[in-house]
Amino acid sequence: MKSFDYIRPASIAEAIAAAAEPGTAYLAAGTNLLDLMKGGASRPDRLVDITRLPGLDGVDRLDDGAMRIGTMVRNADLAHDPAFARAYPVVAEALLSGASAQLRNAATVGGNLMQKTRCSYFADPAAACNRRSPGAGCDARQGENRSHAILGWSENCIATHPSDFCVPLAALGAVVEIAGPAGSREVALEDFHLLPDETPERETALERGELVTAIRLPPDAAGFAAHSRYMKLRERTSFAFALVSAAAFLKVEDGIITEARLALGGVAARPWRSKVAEELLKGAALERRTFAEAATAALAEARPSGDNAVKIELARRISIRALLLAAAGTPSRLPALPGSPLSSQYGDLANA
Amino acid sequence: MSVTVSTTVNGDSVDFVCAPDETLLDALRGRLGLTGAKEGCGTGDCGACSVTLNGRLVCSCLVLAVEAEGQEIATVEGMAAGETLHPLQRAFIDHAALQCGICTPGILVAAKALLEKTPDPSDEEVRYWLAGNLCRCTGYDKIVRAVQAAAAEMRRA
Amino acid sequence: MPDTLPFPPRMGSNAGQPLSRRDGPLKVTGAATFAADNHPEGMLYAVPATAAIARGRVTGMNVAAARAHPGVVEVYTPANRPPLMHDPDEKLGLFGMRMEALQNDSVRYAGQPIAFVVAETLEAATEGAALLAPEYAAEPARVTAETGERYTPERVGFGGPLSVGAGDIEAGLAAAAHRLETRFETPDQYHNAMEPHALVAQWDGDKLTLDTPNQAIVMACGLFAAYFGIPAENIHLRSPFLGGGFGSKAVPTGAQILTILAARELGRPVKLALTRQQMFGPVGHRARTWQTLRMGLDGAGKLTALHHHSTGATSSFDDFIEPAAAASRTLYASPAILTTHDGIRLDTGTPGAMRAPGEASGSAALEVAIDEAAEVCGMNPLAFRLANYAEVEPITGKPYSSKALRECYEAGAKAFGWASRPLAPRQMRDEAGMLTGWGMGTAVFHCPMFPASAEAVIRADGTAVIRTSGADMGQGAWTALAQIGAAALGLDPDQVEFESGHSHLPDAGVAGGSGHTASAGQALHNAGEDAVARLAELASTDPASPLYGTGNAGVLARRGRLYARDDESRSESYAEILARAGKPQVEGTGKGARDPASAETYALQAHGAVFAEVKVDPELGQMRVSRMIGAFAAGRIINPKLARSQYLGGMIWGLSFALHEEAIHDRRTGRIVNADFAGYHVPVNADVPEMEAIMIHEDDPHVNVLGVKGVGEIGITGSVGAVANAIWHATGFRPHRFPVRIEDVLPSLS
Repeated sequence: MKSFDYIRPASIAEAIAAAAEPGTAYLAAGTNLLDLMKGGASRPDRLVDITRLPGLDGVDRLDDGAMRIGTMVRNADLAHDPAFARAYPVVAEALLSGASAQLRNAATVGGNLMQKTRCSYFADPAAACNRRSPGAGCDARQGENRSHAILGWSENCIATHPSDFCVPLAALGAVVEIAGPAGSREVALEDFHLLPDETPERETALERGELVTAIRLPPDAAGFAAHSRYMKLRERTSFAFALVSAAAFLKVEDGIITEARLALGGVAARPWRSKVAEELLKGAALERRTFAEAATAALAEARPSGDNAVKIELARRISIRALLLAAAGTPSRLPALPGSPLSSQYGDLANA
Repeated sequence: MSVTVSTTVNGDSVDFVCAPDETLLDALRGRLGLTGAKEGCGTGDCGACSVTLNGRLVCSCLVLAVEAEGQEIATVEGMAAGETLHPLQRAFIDHAALQCGICTPGILVAAKALLEKTPDPSDEEVRYWLAGNLCRCTGYDKIVRAVQAAAAEMRRA
Repeated sequence: MPDTLPFPPRMGSNAGQPLSRRDGPLKVTGAATFAADNHPEGMLYAVPATAAIARGRVTGMNVAAARAHPGVVEVYTPANRPPLMHDPDEKLGLFGMRMEALQNDSVRYAGQPIAFVVAETLEAATEGAALLAPEYAAEPARVTAETGERYTPERVGFGGPLSVGAGDIEAGLAAAAHRLETRFETPDQYHNAMEPHALVAQWDGDKLTLDTPNQAIVMACGLFAAYFGIPAENIHLRSPFLGGGFGSKAVPTGAQILTILAARELGRPVKLALTRQQMFGPVGHRARTWQTLRMGLDGAGKLTALHHHSTGATSSFDDFIEPAAAASRTLYASPAILTTHDGIRLDTGTPGAMRAPGEASGSAALEVAIDEAAEVCGMNPLAFRLANYAEVEPITGKPYSSKALRECYEAGAKAFGWASRPLAPRQMRDEAGMLTGWGMGTAVFHCPMFPASAEAVIRADGTAVIRTSGADMGQGAWTALAQIGAAALGLDPDQVEFESGHSHLPDAGVAGGSGHTASAGQALHNAGEDAVARLAELASTDPASPLYGTGNAGVLARRGRLYARDDESRSESYAEILARAGKPQVEGTGKGARDPASAETYALQAHGAVFAEVKVDPELGQMRVSRMIGAFAAGRIINPKLARSQYLGGMIWGLSFALHEEAIHDRRTGRIVNADFAGYHVPVNADVPEMEAIMIHEDDPHVNVLGVKGVGEIGITGSVGAVANAIWHATGFRPHRFPVRIEDVLPSLS
């Protein structure tokens, strides 16, 4: 990889100051960044190591009932935090359905948001990619695009965001806390990842030098713990990115859905929350037919970006499955193969 | 730019000098002569370079050597107590859970990390935990048997 | 564990025992030294720069930028590459392939080395290679069947015939009650041994030391030497351990030659360790096939004709056509069988032998086709296979040297519970509602041997040393070969020092074709016998020995003593015999090779039967193999523990072939878009179920003196078909291309 300067700041302010220069990247776990640097898709001049910044690794319940997760909390630590997993079992399941033990141990909450698409044309410096080199063109569009986007893509870019973690976060209305040269601000996670449109190189809402400092789950997010699931379709039983995935959340009273959340993964440049589907589900009974209608509605605007029409049907089916399982009740303990339709049985349902 | 890094490796204090663009794996192998961890991919996809950092199982190919400053590193070379093999090491030999041996150091380190957290895992939990350690020869089922045998022995101890 | 044919009586009883691998302690402690673990003083690092186009020319590179990068010592391009003594575009020997060693500026495939950077650190060499930023004059890539050039190769595999057959196919088809024509596609697969190819080269004058994993240690020295104009003996190739080979580590590749060249030019040791990405191109692969099977069946479900045609892909500049149709030559009886091949040239690296070359791809197609035939006849797939059981080899009419396939079917089916399998598909669900299917396949692999030689020395203290340049790539040569040598010497393995794994030893031949144990083992066996015979000669001619007069055929060797065959009360230890003779040691030599007479008389094949259970999510189409049982008959099993590992490993390769592996080329650039372990999927532990390999006893007095057939590759064959047929049984969808993907089964689901 290209030689770079390495800076280990002592405070967030120092980190932000150090990152003001062009060509700087923040280094968290590096599980994605170092991979891209080795392949040449990313060539920063300096890395600002934020792993030792104080105060970024807490998982705290706030006074208003919200949950605040520091950006440096490791994915595995968050998923295995008993209080967190009890309140947000689907977030834990999504985290644990991703990557491998080694990568979950290293990867951070903030890094998960900031990870790049796994579009192979993005990772290949010899390929044309508007996301990596604005104006270069998109080799994926006419290339091998079986796993590419079916929602929110543009002629300029058909990449997907690969995160599992972000899918339930989007559904739960998580908020991203940001610190930067101009002070602190917040962005809804749903708006954090940008759709490509004309400017695919703008991947997130962050401005230069800005740093994700925390994710916050709003107070009502814990209300879905009894009826929620994350399901992920992939081509290995573990350690593979989602072809499609879905996070489904229900609040149920007397067999009627009082509130629903549904988000899809692996389908767009951001986790794809479907408020249309959520509206359809609200007030409905726990019936497969309703779930199918909601899933169809969630995919109504989907269209293939290449040789990937099958993903539309798969996304519809994984949504139905996640809703069915959510209706059946959250398992009392995480399945041994998190997020997998093929996991064997695991504890009692209904984690109420 | 070169950086001095002070670490503990398998219980011994170790200082080394490296460039920022050197991975922990390359520092272990090239500078410290600890060649047990292997590079199977360099991209975190195979687990052959698995080590623990402060007890946390990671791929050392995706850790910069400079990040090891002040951390405790454990590699396969530190698993045996002198001449006495760790129960996992013995079980791997007994159950033929290794063939070519390139993936073996990483799998042993990973399995040890698993059993420290989960002393009595189900087969499926072992298979899931070790999904980050590719074996091409391939001894996957025997590896599960070996881990379970070692786990049983360690629970009895 | 099955006992096996007793060794010739002179031998002890160590072979046949399930010993743990002798290299185990080194490997579990990280102390085993693989090639890339070597760091000689003053070593430089080499990194190839590779082509991003699949066809054309390199028109420019920023060599100045690479040279200027701190730490870069030298940059080799076609403009300054020092001469080689052998043209890289000329093939060398039976196994040598054309290679890229910067002989010109042409590009023949994406990933081809086009420059070579040597630096003080790996990081500097890597960045130096990146800074070259090559420019190209690109021509359109030909990486699809439509764009490749169809041609008729002269040979398939390593010198195999294009077409083999007997009987009249068209007549057989005309007479058939049912006719079936079915087509298959298999993808490009890459060996991806977990250890990437590595080499450390050190020159001392015109002597060269190479640390590099190699499957044919002595042969490779000859090949390496040819490029540098030195005698093969000047090379000391050390390959104590290979981190997997699977066929990809037998012959030199361009980057290795350049590393040796750089070490000579720069006067310092140089290390090359390919990245995983660089393994996709210049180090061989299993190439795509397009196969057609035409079958005729009579009313009783017997084949009347079987025509298997395979079109194999190769590179634009060299020939290796997968001998896939060969799988149909020996397995099922039919009055008419024809196996034929042709080729397509693509802009890829040249393919080569990859674990079960020919049989893996061919059996994948054949075993699915056989299931389709069984379906047409309304027969259980096992009953159909038994109805078409070949009692003699169908095309040649030769008897099999041994064939316990019927016993494999029986034992495998029983262990699996095959008898309760419903005939029709989509009949079974598990308690979680998953569609469940059962499938089977027949496994077959031939039993080649390669010329090998060995030495055995019995020492004054009664222990021994045996020597051959064996290659342990995980299969267990350090252990199984030592067991054979020790058995021949009548000693425990603990009393036998085994020198192996480098080139200053007798040639152990090729660790390939599943023939290493048979070939090097036979050489060690003969060497041990020779040494014992010399010892017996000393004793039987010495009036002071209790064995005086027995003659050297009149003794048994066991536990370090010679016994009179007809009177075991007469015996003497090896140490005593040597001490009295005043000799420090006796030496024996031995050779291993196929006996041409037995090859002429007998069909030599190992067999097996694989049974698989697959679960398929009824809506989502996600698939998982939930059970797998194989039963194999491969002659004498030297070490059941290690042989089991080989069988299971092969079966997982079959699972991987069926469900996972495929290198995908971008159709326009020709680059492989998934050239890493994130994209090129091999199974992870969670993809693999509990599995079993049953060993079926088989005495084979003809295949070779040891009765060993070989176990390294057969496990793949049959397994691909078993998984594919189980998918059909679960879903009703019949796979015709591999790997089977979710979207393939989806239309058959609800």
